[in-house]
Amino acid sequence: MSTDAPDYRTIIADGLWTRNVVLAQLLALCPLMAVTATATNGLGMGMATTFVLVASGFSVSLWRGFITPEIRIPVFVLIIASQVTLVEMGMNAWLHELYKVLGLFIPLIVTNCAILGRAEAFASRNDVIPSMVDGFFMGVGFTAVLVVIGGIREVLGSGTLFFNASLLLGEHFSFLETVVFGGDYKGFLLLILPPGGFIVLGFLIAFKNVIDAARVKRATAQALDHGAEPTQERAA
Amino acid sequence: MSRAKTISAPFTHAITSVPRTMLLVMLALAPATAFSLYQFGWPAIILFFIIIGSSLLFEALSLLIARKPVTPFLLDGSAVLTGWLVAMALPPWAPWWIGVLGGFIAIVFGKHIYGGLGQNIFNPAMVARIALLISFPLEMTFFMQPQPLFAQQSPNFLQAMDIIFMGGINIDALTSASTLTQIKVLQFDGQSIEAATGLVSYLPTAMLGVLPGSMGEMSVLSLIVGGVFLLALRIISWHTPVAMFASMALIAGIAHFFNPAFHPGMWTHLFSGGFVLGAFFIATDYVTQPVSNSGRLIFGAGVGALTFVIRAYSIFPEGVGFAILLMNAMTPLIDHYIKPRIFGRSKSGEPLASEQLERGRQ
Repeated sequence: MSTDAPDYRTIIADGLWTRNVVLAQLLALCPLMAVTATATNGLGMGMATTFVLVASGFSVSLWRGFITPEIRIPVFVLIIASQVTLVEMGMNAWLHELYKVLGLFIPLIVTNCAILGRAEAFASRNDVIPSMVDGFFMGVGFTAVLVVIGGIREVLGSGTLFFNASLLLGEHFSFLETVVFGGDYKGFLLLILPPGGFIVLGFLIAFKNVIDAARVKRATAQALDHGAEPTQERAA
Repeated sequence: MSRAKTISAPFTHAITSVPRTMLLVMLALAPATAFSLYQFGWPAIILFFIIIGSSLLFEALSLLIARKPVTPFLLDGSAVLTGWLVAMALPPWAPWWIGVLGGFIAIVFGKHIYGGLGQNIFNPAMVARIALLISFPLEMTFFMQPQPLFAQQSPNFLQAMDIIFMGGINIDALTSASTLTQIKVLQFDGQSIEAATGLVSYLPTAMLGVLPGSMGEMSVLSLIVGGVFLLALRIISWHTPVAMFASMALIAGIAHFFNPAFHPGMWTHLFSGGFVLGAFFIATDYVTQPVSNSGRLIFGAGVGALTFVIRAYSIFPEGVGFAILLMNAMTPLIDHYIKPRIFGRSKSGEPLASEQLERGRQ
């Protein structure tokens, strides 16, 4: 793949939808369950993870000629760990409130299998720029899922949306903080607890599968209409 | 002279069917339900029909989404029975949205997510009860003294609509803690549980069903009548309920003997909360209990022991629902290890040698 010109369209589509970290690869479920009780936490976690994905994609791809296959896993872990440490210290310094909320889950980005997975599957076999693009869009796809799951759990579980967003994005974004169900909405605690994460994730995966099936069906029907062979849609 | 037509084997005669089983279980539940509805009056009756109606509605919607035939599945009675058991597991004067949510969780999350009738791992009614209990602890522990229908304090139909739909309960004097809750409060305070008001004359009052509690926690006597009816018709086997009662009686009896100030007696444990309802009607669910008889003994003993542990040492006063769900999760494991011996083979699955068979015949 590295000999050909990188196909950015495919990289972007893979990261956002087709090979989405959570919805298609089912990776990174531990941080997903743990931090998505609110949309803001999901967004913060997603942004930190995206940063690490881009940085590790850059480093692993740059040094891929020196890393022998036998020791690649420890080297990847070292690279990722040092970058996560940078992120953790940076968040502690500049986003201290969010740092306190996310707590242990920031250092645990190291163990996020999605990052090691991209280093192994993509960055160690591709040039620097495609690796960074791949890391970025994998991260954006991950962040989008975190925000959607966090939003659903937050709205149903506590009746708010983007609560504490100003802690993450600054005072300008305090307009994002919405109270969806005001008054005496008591909150559906089950959705805040881990089962809620699994239930919402299950529904999202089912939703993606329904959409993918409909797209394959439509593409097949169109191809048949034009009298051509049905083109095989890339399935997840 | 015989003019009988020749019909070849195999011959099967199946009297059992899903609708018949569901109908008989409902029949067995009817006395206890009628008694509870009488004891709690119009609010309980309205809530009961809200839950069954919403269960049927969500069953129909789930079947439509799954593109399954709606009418036969809707009429087989399984959704009605699930809703009925959810109603038995809720406080009788709970607000309407608790009932609708209960029907939704039981049918959608408890059953159809796994693929519908017969596919679920956990008992749907208990899934609904536990999800609601964890999410809405206040509403789910709102008990009151029974207000028999047509009694002076019992709300009439319009007042009942107000209570269920508008949350119009302003008669605080009627609310009361269940016996298990009283015991739990005293345990937390480090006091002797003998101060719990229900304990003095526990056995007769529990038998009659005049203590506060959920719908299915009322009359132990009518629940036992229903359970014996199911046993007599062989709808349920005796293994699960007997193992549940035996393990609870044994553990609770020993605990009470050594520390009577902390542990209530055996009869209180056996006949309070949802233990009897769970033993006869919920733990015996065909889908979620082990298939072999010895497996069911282990399953029942596990439910009894876990119920005791949760009641005595957790923050929850009642633990039957949790215990049944936990043992439901163990069921595939039990079924994996406890397999009955195949006819003509040894325990390990080897064919029996001919001399062993001879010895067996003698």
